[in-house]
Amino acid sequence: MSAGSSLSRILALMMKEFIQMRRDRLTFAMIIGIPIIQLVLFGYAINLDPKRLPTLIVSGDSGPATRTIVAAMEASGYFSVAPGLASEAQANEALVDGSASYVITIPAGFERDLVRGTRPQLLVEADATDPAATSNALGALPQILSSALARELAGPLTTQANRPTAVDLVIQRRYNPEGITAYNIVPGLLGTILTMTTILMTALALTREIERGTMENLMAMPATPLEIMIGKIVPYIGFGLVQVAVILVCAQILFHVPMMGSFAVLLAVTFLFIGCNVTLGYTFSTIARNQMQAMQMTFFWFLPSILLSGFMFPFRGMPDWAQVIGSALPITHYIRSVRGIMLKGSAASDLVNEIWPLVAFWLAVGALALFRYRRTLD
Amino acid sequence: MAADRPEGVVIDIHGLTKRFGDKTVVDHISLDVRRGEIVGFLGPNGSGKTTTIRMICGLLRPDDGSGTCLGLDILTDADRIKRQVGYMTQRFSLYEDLTIRENLDFVARIYDLKDRAATVKTTLERLGLYERRDQLAGSLSGGWKQRLALAASVMHQPKLLLLDEPTAGVDPQARREFWDEIHDLASDGLTVLVSTHYMDEAERCHRIIYIAYGKIVARGTVAEVIESSGLSTIVVSGSDVGTIAKAVRDKPGVEQAAPFGNDLHVVGPDSAALKRAVEAALAETGSDAVAEPGETSLEDVFIRLMQTAQARDRSANGKSEKAESPS
Repeated sequence: MSAGSSLSRILALMMKEFIQMRRDRLTFAMIIGIPIIQLVLFGYAINLDPKRLPTLIVSGDSGPATRTIVAAMEASGYFSVAPGLASEAQANEALVDGSASYVITIPAGFERDLVRGTRPQLLVEADATDPAATSNALGALPQILSSALARELAGPLTTQANRPTAVDLVIQRRYNPEGITAYNIVPGLLGTILTMTTILMTALALTREIERGTMENLMAMPATPLEIMIGKIVPYIGFGLVQVAVILVCAQILFHVPMMGSFAVLLAVTFLFIGCNVTLGYTFSTIARNQMQAMQMTFFWFLPSILLSGFMFPFRGMPDWAQVIGSALPITHYIRSVRGIMLKGSAASDLVNEIWPLVAFWLAVGALALFRYRRTLD
Repeated sequence: MAADRPEGVVIDIHGLTKRFGDKTVVDHISLDVRRGEIVGFLGPNGSGKTTTIRMICGLLRPDDGSGTCLGLDILTDADRIKRQVGYMTQRFSLYEDLTIRENLDFVARIYDLKDRAATVKTTLERLGLYERRDQLAGSLSGGWKQRLALAASVMHQPKLLLLDEPTAGVDPQARREFWDEIHDLASDGLTVLVSTHYMDEAERCHRIIYIAYGKIVARGTVAEVIESSGLSTIVVSGSDVGTIAKAVRDKPGVEQAAPFGNDLHVVGPDSAALKRAVEAALAETGSDAVAEPGETSLEDVFIRLMQTAQARDRSANGKSEKAESPS
């Protein structure tokens, strides 16, 4: 047992590991790919200070002061004001379905009251489901307002302008008035936990059969690819639903996350989302050659799912290309749906834009899995 | 459907070919198996036995050739073939983390068997595994696993049973029992195609097909195959057969010289030349061993078939390399 022969044995193991690593192309690609993709993708994509958030104006006044305020908000970079005016109903709908983050309501006679110095109200309603996404813009608002008014109320009206309270700025943080992070995180966690567990479970479904040698027997028996797929994914849909129940009960007991919407809608969307995940996992398992590769593919999917879905970082803070990637991920639509249902009380009709991508994704990966499924051992 | 096929032909394939990359693993194989026959499929490792069996039951797509299995086209009707064929893989391919009963129950459900519970129970009892039905399949010994796999593959009462080296790594008694069972099944009309390495198993088949380097090189009953080889054997008995083997091996007319304990089997194609070679070797070594004409064994024939196939394969490859080299 000399040190030399011990070294030789260690070397033998090291060389074997390197040879095996080199043979496994996917692992090798992961070693190089993961750091590069993570750095580039997320380095550029993630932005903790989201700008150009969609804003609607509901105005009963079209005087120069109103125009100046809107222009100043736009100029600050935080708000992207939609052209034209919205009705109150339209604005409310936009907040619920998430197409607008802010609604600015300027009451009739705003200009007149401003000039008179009677402190007209300016109502800012923010979608505060994700406090991180809205807080910076809201924080900047008083400053934006006062500098805009300073320009507008020049000359004889400087006295009003100099008063910090020339306008009564009323901010309503809708859906999460206290800005409780847990309200936002819990729906997001629901999505990420389901993504991680259900994809992994089914990703191992076929690769495990292949590795254990049971696939040949399964293929020799009269089960069609569709039957095998359904038989393999349905149990994990049940598995996912149990997880949802656990998470929701904990969300209620530990974090007191409100439930504004209907359980039926939540259940339906969750079912769709789990369906997307288990089918995606199954698709992975038709591509991967062994369980290790299946796990790596799951991990590879999981990264953008937590980083680009709006779970960890505000979705609207990301550049367009990252938003496009994010929109292709089922979790993005699921998180929005869950936040909508739980915090805003969204009904199914409010969530059409989130539901159809889930359905489309499910059908697409299901078709891909059937296409990829090898009916023979070729 | 099977109207244009001769009566009772279960497997009928022509020119079946399979390539993996540029390697031709199965090279234009044609074979037929009749109802109730037990046909042994023999050949060295990597000769294409498993590949051929997989093509017959639809697990691999042939690159060329055609054929029917139970009157159904193997290229287009794999799904219907699977329902009537039992296939026992070389490696144990039931679920080790399921119990014996759960495995059988799974298979019974996949084949959508009527009276599933009763069938599973009968199968367990016939196997002698009823008492151990709740034991995990993975905890069974090799012989028991093999019996379980056989039971699972015949539970749906297939018309054709494909067995891929079913007795590899199984002790002689279990092998004997296994073959008794196969014969029982065949006498009830089941057709069996079984690949094997073992000569004693080959001798238990009605007919054998020998495949080497993807080509069939011999077929017929055991006696026919031995007869057609044209080999003669001389058995030399004595205490110094090892020395004699060395002396006789390179003599003209000698193809094989294999010691079996105190016997030496000397095999060659020409009985006169063989006799001269053995006498010369005895004279050289000054041995007093006795030389007598013996029976050529199946093993001797197979080794010869393998060697000639190997030589042909090499020369074929050599030619193709030469043909390619100028370009």
